[in-house]
Amino acid sequence: MKNYSDIKIGVLALQGAFVEHEHMLTNLGAVCTEIRQLSDLKGLDGIVLPGGESTVQGQLLHKSGLFTPLRELIADGLPTLGTCAGLILLAQEISSPATDSEDADSHYSHRTSFSQPSGSSRLENKKDRFAAHLGTLPVTVKRNAYGRQLSSFVTEQPVTGIGNCPMVFIRAPYIERTAGNVEILAKVDGNIVAVKYRNQIGLSFHPELSKNPNMHEWFLSLC
Amino acid sequence: MEQTQYELNKGLAQMLKGGVIMDVTTPEQAKIAEEAGACAVMALERIPADIRAAGGVSRMSDPKMIKGIQDAVSIPVMAKCRIGHFVEAQVLQAIEIDYIDESEVLSPADDVYHIDKTAFRVPFVCGARDLGEALRRINEGAAMIRTKGEPGTGDVVQAVRHMRKMNAQIRQLGSMKKDELFEAAKQLQVPYELAFYVHENGKLPVVNFAAGGVATPADAALMMQLGAEGVFVGSGIFKSGNPAKRAAAIVQAVTNYTDATLIARLSEDLGEAMVGINPEEIKLIMEERGQ
Repeated sequence: MKNYSDIKIGVLALQGAFVEHEHMLTNLGAVCTEIRQLSDLKGLDGIVLPGGESTVQGQLLHKSGLFTPLRELIADGLPTLGTCAGLILLAQEISSPATDSEDADSHYSHRTSFSQPSGSSRLENKKDRFAAHLGTLPVTVKRNAYGRQLSSFVTEQPVTGIGNCPMVFIRAPYIERTAGNVEILAKVDGNIVAVKYRNQIGLSFHPELSKNPNMHEWFLSLC
Repeated sequence: MEQTQYELNKGLAQMLKGGVIMDVTTPEQAKIAEEAGACAVMALERIPADIRAAGGVSRMSDPKMIKGIQDAVSIPVMAKCRIGHFVEAQVLQAIEIDYIDESEVLSPADDVYHIDKTAFRVPFVCGARDLGEALRRINEGAAMIRTKGEPGTGDVVQAVRHMRKMNAQIRQLGSMKKDELFEAAKQLQVPYELAFYVHENGKLPVVNFAAGGVATPADAALMMQLGAEGVFVGSGIFKSGNPAKRAAAIVQAVTNYTDATLIARLSEDLGEAMVGINPEEIKLIMEERGQ
């Protein structure tokens, strides 16, 4: 195994399963630091956006003032791994889950435009809903794409460049569409669940909940 | 329940960590909670403070009301069933609830047995006052634990007592010699394997939240500093003067639970906190339900 001890990874620690990523990365020898405020963004070689609830993380990104600086770091090329909610934060576009009622759009806007008075137009809502996300990864992600917790599942499938990977899907999203130069790394049942675009890796599933460190090791090799 | 499903169910609780789960009674409250940054909501007909005030038998909520809340938000929705009432749990599983709380807040349906949670695919969270209760619930299939606290009081003292006790017992197990664990498991009335897990790992095998009486951002941060991995807020939000603002402040306090400067700012101008009642003043001690 290569020596990753000079690599410092910042793990976004606003909400969710960030500790699990830290365990994976430190077991591989990397140094981890938790990102909660602006000063935590200094001197990073890579960033992990963990699983959790994307609505919560998105709001806290704004309230903490991390949103713009983090977005700039990622846009400037800092290696970034986003899993599940992290993928949703990276995505340029979000489509509403089919299981939601017809006005899922306005639900979404409720989530992301907390300060907005109710009764604002759909167009404004739409703008807000993208503003809440980092939007650095040119893909369209469907939230809760598989449905509720009873539809969560585990599988093992090949990922380009890594080989077979155990994949834990928990109330997971998948990627509906990608722009031209996004590399598709894995599909499950025809749905895209892993992509790479320049410095960014986006995954629907949770490699941090499996015992297989290959995904994290590959990420470190890119840092 | 197959092992894979149990791992997925424990995994969902891991995704909720560092978050706040809020009691809501209507779709409108659910949206306020989601907008304020709740990582999940608990759908129930009456919040614990009102259950306490109303008295009588308290049961699972109307499935229609729960479904209304499921339709209103995209975050996970939890609901409560009575201790031992496995049919209420079957009903909640049938409407695809994301988590069932087998809860002492409702009137127990069985004064001896808890639900065999291994017979379900849907995950369960259960309350515990100490390590023994926690590990017994986990042995029955719970995928997440919370302190019991004393619900509906707005008084955090019981949650603090339960969290401190549980963590003290975890440390005790950790410091024991292996051959002492057999007796420790017997004393705790738990299987040896679970006692051994705690001894080896220094923590419960599932996520552990705080619940019961949390009413302010400082209360929430207190529970986090005492070792909670997240917080349930029941009556504290929608029994207060400005629910949306209080809810958002508690969410931020849980994320930044060691940042006293920020918590000071978050605690400003929140309006009236839930009035609260002292546990000594109440007749019904819910925490004693289901041991």
